[in-house]
Amino acid sequence: MDLWFTNIANYIVQLLMSWGFPYFWADLILLLIQWMCVLAIVVLDVIILIWLERKAAGFIQMRLGPNRLGPFGIFQTIADAIKLMTKEDIIPNKVDKWIFLTAPLFMIFISVMLYLVLPIGEGLAVVDLDVGLLYFLSLSSLTTICVLMAGWGSNNKWSLMGAMRAVAQMITYEVPLILSLLGIVMITGSLRLSDIVAAQSHVWLIIMQPLALICYFIAATAELNRGPFDMPEAEQELTAGAYTEYTGMRWALFFLAEYTNLVAVSALFVCLFLGGWHGPFLPQWLWIPVKTYVVICVFFWIKWTFPRIRMDHLMSFSWKVLIPLSLLNIVLTGFGIEIFAWVRGL
Amino acid sequence: MIGFQHYLLLAALLFGIGLLGIVFKRNAVALLMSVELILNAVNINLVAINKYVLGGSGLGQLFALFVIVVAAAEVAVGLALIINIYRLKKSSDVDDFNILKW
Amino acid sequence: MMREILASVSIFDIVFVAIAGFTLLCALAMILFNNIVHSMVAMIFCFLGIAGVYFTMDAGFIGMVQIMVYAGAISVILIFAFMVLMSRDPARSNRYSPRKGSILAGFFASGIIAAMLGYAIIATEFPVSGLPDAEVNQMEVIADLMLGSYVIPFEAAAILLLVAVIGAILLAKGVEKDR
Repeated sequence: MDLWFTNIANYIVQLLMSWGFPYFWADLILLLIQWMCVLAIVVLDVIILIWLERKAAGFIQMRLGPNRLGPFGIFQTIADAIKLMTKEDIIPNKVDKWIFLTAPLFMIFISVMLYLVLPIGEGLAVVDLDVGLLYFLSLSSLTTICVLMAGWGSNNKWSLMGAMRAVAQMITYEVPLILSLLGIVMITGSLRLSDIVAAQSHVWLIIMQPLALICYFIAATAELNRGPFDMPEAEQELTAGAYTEYTGMRWALFFLAEYTNLVAVSALFVCLFLGGWHGPFLPQWLWIPVKTYVVICVFFWIKWTFPRIRMDHLMSFSWKVLIPLSLLNIVLTGFGIEIFAWVRGL
Repeated sequence: MIGFQHYLLLAALLFGIGLLGIVFKRNAVALLMSVELILNAVNINLVAINKYVLGGSGLGQLFALFVIVVAAAEVAVGLALIINIYRLKKSSDVDDFNILKW
Repeated sequence: MMREILASVSIFDIVFVAIAGFTLLCALAMILFNNIVHSMVAMIFCFLGIAGVYFTMDAGFIGMVQIMVYAGAISVILIFAFMVLMSRDPARSNRYSPRKGSILAGFFASGIIAAMLGYAIIATEFPVSGLPDAEVNQMEVIADLMLGSYVIPFEAAAILLLVAVIGAILLAKGVEKDR
């Protein structure tokens, strides 16, 4: 049962070749089909998450959450989507048209591109890059530009301030994000995500790298601008920050991009620390969604439990606590690898 | 059909465009942007040499990496200098930075 | 002759021409825009295009570093610097120099240099060796060199970055007035 999707992919390529396409074009069409599947996964995830977040928030806050539309309120997402699509699309008069309109599209494009290296099963990454982890981190650093474009293009001082705060926070937390993953790369010796998952077949990396886990989790929460680090888009402080002037469907695109980013980062977390597709009973491609949703629920839990952290506390926490901890993790990992090799050689 | 010389031509064109930017533009930040473009053209050259002439020995890519590092450091220091001059002259126009003229 | 050229065109050539054309277009846009923020966005796309050129050369690691450092960090620092220096009218903050003849001189100078370089490139016989094996992991090769024979430039680059960051912070903070 593990090989269902691999068999389907091979069957499609054989079918296309039997219709007369040369191998190159058959492969390309398979790639396009895989992109469509990625888009379908993204849309499905966002539909589920909009409802799940509000239900989880409700239960943590001792209330029911959405419960009017359908059993347990599961049709709430459809109502939200209809509301956002029918809202008036306001573009203020003096905005910088090109930058204002391009920012949400760019952001969602980048967030979807993050899914292309994630391995859903044994051979099931869309593009299994040699430098897969580096690809993921590079594209995460491009989202800062989109937030800056959104804030500048709105021609609004609150948006600009919100955008600059958001970008300052994101570039500050990129450093511990990348440093904390170096321990994993040192242990597995490869940046390819399927190699990292395959290296966890006996013991998950959460046991070997607990410090990196904590640093990465906190840095990822700050990178996603959510949880206790959502000062740049706090409604009470800056009236939605960089996204103030966006209405209706454009705001929905930013919202979608944030949830897409959340799922991608959770899936990466699962692949790096929680063993990826390894697990006892279920097929491989079912373990990844299960573990990803557990991680997403932990993200929700943290967001709705902790109060917001002030901007300067946030920045000093990264520079003075997280970066030294990540560097300490690299040193300890280096020592650990050498000691392990020496013990083995005895 | 695309060979070594096409990459070198691309790098030369980018170099020319960056040079055009340096000569044309008045804004100090725009000058720095054009310098970055020139450094990128050099990087393309180095990586192309690594692939076609050195046979993949990695030396060209290493050099390109060092150029990226030096460019990043240069941008940081250059922008700090421009911000300082702006505080003095209240203008970011390089034609106004003329205190050292005789 | 056109038929021979068309027969030997492969997908790789089309992709390379597309990416190179996109890069050159964005670079020209960067130079010609009057609004500096539009210029910066064009620069970001230009850097992404150059990363694409690196990918066509099998230099995956350098391409990723290009995206992370240039498009992700240097562009942000340039945009931040512009926002500190923001002039009254950003839409016309990046115009050409109004001195007499500067446009002509600019085109002439850069055109001459680009043409000389182009002629030198086309006319030279480069010692192109056999293309390397694309399966070699470029990162391992670079890592072997960087921590092996070239460890001193590597450490010097690290010290350079440290000095540059400290220097930039000190310079941007300014001098205290009454001392």
